[in-house]
Amino acid sequence: MDANSEVDLSQLDPVLDRYRDGGRTSLLPALHEAQRIYGYLPDPVLTAIGQALRVPLADIHGVVEFYTMFYDRLTGERIVRICTDPACALAGGEQVLEAACRHAGNIRPGETSPDGAVTVERATCIGLCDQAPAALVNEQAFAGLTPDDVEALLAGQGNAPEVRITGEPRVLSRRVGKISPTDLEAHRTGGAFEGLKHALTGMTPEEVIEEVKRSGLVGRGGAAFPTGLKWQFTRGAEGQPKYVVCNADESEPGTFKDRVLMEGDPFRVLEGMTICGYAIGSSKGYLFIRGEYPHAAAVLEEAVAAARQANLLGENILGTDFSFEIEIRRGAGAYICGEETALFEAIEGKRGYPRLKPPFPTTHGLFNRPTVINNVETLASVPDILTNGAEWFQQWGTEHSTGLKLFCVSGHVGQPSLVEAPFGITLRELIERYCGGFDGTPQAVLMGGAAGAFLTPDQFDTPLTFEDLRPLGASIGSGAIMVFNESVDLREVLRTLGHFFAHESCGKCYPCQLGTQRQMEILDRVAEGQAQAGDIERLTLIGQTMTDASICGLGQTAGMAVMSALRLWPDLFAPNGKGSA
Amino acid sequence: MPDETQTITLTIDGQEIHVPPGTTILEAAEQNGITIPHVCYHEALTPPAVCRVCVVEVEGARVLQAACVAECAPDMVVHTHSERVETSRRTILEMLSSAVTLDEAPELQQLLEEYQADTSRFSGGKRREFELLDDNPFYVRDYSQCIMCWRCVEICADDGQYAFALNFGGRGFQSHIATFRDYPLPDTTCVFCGQCVNVCPTGALKPKIEWGLEQGLGPEEIRQLTRRGKKRKKGNGRE
Repeated sequence: MDANSEVDLSQLDPVLDRYRDGGRTSLLPALHEAQRIYGYLPDPVLTAIGQALRVPLADIHGVVEFYTMFYDRLTGERIVRICTDPACALAGGEQVLEAACRHAGNIRPGETSPDGAVTVERATCIGLCDQAPAALVNEQAFAGLTPDDVEALLAGQGNAPEVRITGEPRVLSRRVGKISPTDLEAHRTGGAFEGLKHALTGMTPEEVIEEVKRSGLVGRGGAAFPTGLKWQFTRGAEGQPKYVVCNADESEPGTFKDRVLMEGDPFRVLEGMTICGYAIGSSKGYLFIRGEYPHAAAVLEEAVAAARQANLLGENILGTDFSFEIEIRRGAGAYICGEETALFEAIEGKRGYPRLKPPFPTTHGLFNRPTVINNVETLASVPDILTNGAEWFQQWGTEHSTGLKLFCVSGHVGQPSLVEAPFGITLRELIERYCGGFDGTPQAVLMGGAAGAFLTPDQFDTPLTFEDLRPLGASIGSGAIMVFNESVDLREVLRTLGHFFAHESCGKCYPCQLGTQRQMEILDRVAEGQAQAGDIERLTLIGQTMTDASICGLGQTAGMAVMSALRLWPDLFAPNGKGSA
Repeated sequence: MPDETQTITLTIDGQEIHVPPGTTILEAAEQNGITIPHVCYHEALTPPAVCRVCVVEVEGARVLQAACVAECAPDMVVHTHSERVETSRRTILEMLSSAVTLDEAPELQQLLEEYQADTSRFSGGKRREFELLDDNPFYVRDYSQCIMCWRCVEICADDGQYAFALNFGGRGFQSHIATFRDYPLPDTTCVFCGQCVNVCPTGALKPKIEWGLEQGLGPEEIRQLTRRGKKRKKGNGRE
């Protein structure tokens, strides 16, 4: 590339100096900063980074190729990423994308306009499903787009997203939208860091773990593992140092709760991490946030600085002998990094390939050390439990699904929004009471995101708990609830999901690497009314094999929605199938 | 550390088996005459456990387990050829054959036959096709025959040569073996030790002489080909 010979490497020196001692774990941060300087990642820049961090060049190539937000060629001045995942597709995301491409000079998605001003890309879910369709222009998010908005959008203008949050009681989300996100004093007046104070000044680490265990809190990222137990295992594991990792790689299509929490009440997340650090005997936490959430990342950075200033992070927190630091790490476009071990790999500066389990993170996590990795909402639930006690938390929900939950409601309802409600509320109640009811006659709900399963209207009175959904072959998952009314051709929804998984499969194991591709191809022809004899069997075999034989949760759930649709509506997949619309 | 003096007793396909702690299911099976097929596994390398052809059913486990890495545990009950296992293996083999040219992979051909794989089931979809890379005097790379078993990457790195010339490009189905920015091998850290060619289970990596003979070339022509600087093509490089 000719441009390479003209690269001025002196601009990179301060970056390299800062990261040199960190070695490979600094790879993603260094690539992000280099790209900010040069607009892309030219070969000499990569070579210099490899030498400074002592990372083989082939490995650097592997990393740059893995993460979609790293570019090896010059992009437009503005990168416009338009979401076309299910909620945005329902609201016209494809039309916005088409209009943007046309307006940029008849380019195709992924290309740069002839004048070099904009690159237009198809984005995977950017967590604004309640205000669809949405887009990111460089680091700024825009919502509620129509094709008429594209001229402004390409110039970096449009409607900023708003905070839409409802439900009752508002506990976890009570400060969101009411207090300036990074105003530490105002948040403290509102109760922030009370839980940490309780823990540090009145409880032993074992007592903290016991309280969290008694509360019945389980992971809110999708796997629903008991939080206190995870902490206990990690505390008891051999090996130092130990780490706290906050999984803020929220990428499940239809899910936006963690973004809202982080943008509106970042201190709650930091407080939860710090309490966890105290409980397990760790002095270092990492918060790994997806690259598509630049605003939340900036808010968190500011919150970390404010907390450090106020001695709520750093040495001898609140005058005790407990010290804890938090580092914010940004992802770069890879859904798989929401898988806990893939996330560790990303922090370690590698391709986000999930690891083989066992061993589990509680003994062999980040940097092969004992690690607690919890979802944002999970950690954010902890402070109030310590302030008010486990019994207080148990007043909501059921015996096996305790507490409150953030539900992300999108699609065909009156008011798509984030809803805080106790476990056990029914789907119908959630939507009728808080989301303005169904918009049109509901046909189905996709529960738990792309990796979830469909529910039909006769199942809408099921209480939303882990135990009630399990017999239906569904799960709460990340709390995503996507509603489709009768105007929707579900084959189109399935096609979108198929493309999503094919795009996001990391490619490590054969079942998922090959299965997501073949699944997508079949769903494409099904959506086009070109289903072939045997396609039902093919999809079933692919789904079974991915579920049974894949390494990680992505592959194991990549066929879930399709298999649930096969059970519910086999006619959709029949040759010459008429679809549902 | 597991106590080496202890013995683990487990059942594989109805057969009671005794092994020391740390033994994988694959090792235990092989030591007792039970065959579990595998593709990516190579005894000299870290098992990447990516092919998932060696999966077995362990009673009580939610999903199938890769026998090459799953360790035997006391009272474990393993089924190496249950219907669930066979379905996954056959489907993986069928999908693989629909994506990659396996003509020069005898072990895979044998497995396809053994599992009565219907190689037409997934045909017609996208295949992984690449141009032949002939960029050095020693060997050629035909990634249309590459099954992504990771062996070459592992042996090039800290499982063998510590040359670190190879890694991956792309993601998902588009994943492939790559050098830094697709540079031709002589421009990378490759030392031409040839170990990657040795462990490649397909025709993806091939000594140049063998390739030349297959092309019907005579010794003199091959000698010409393998002289650096003559007939040398660039990789699929981006320069």
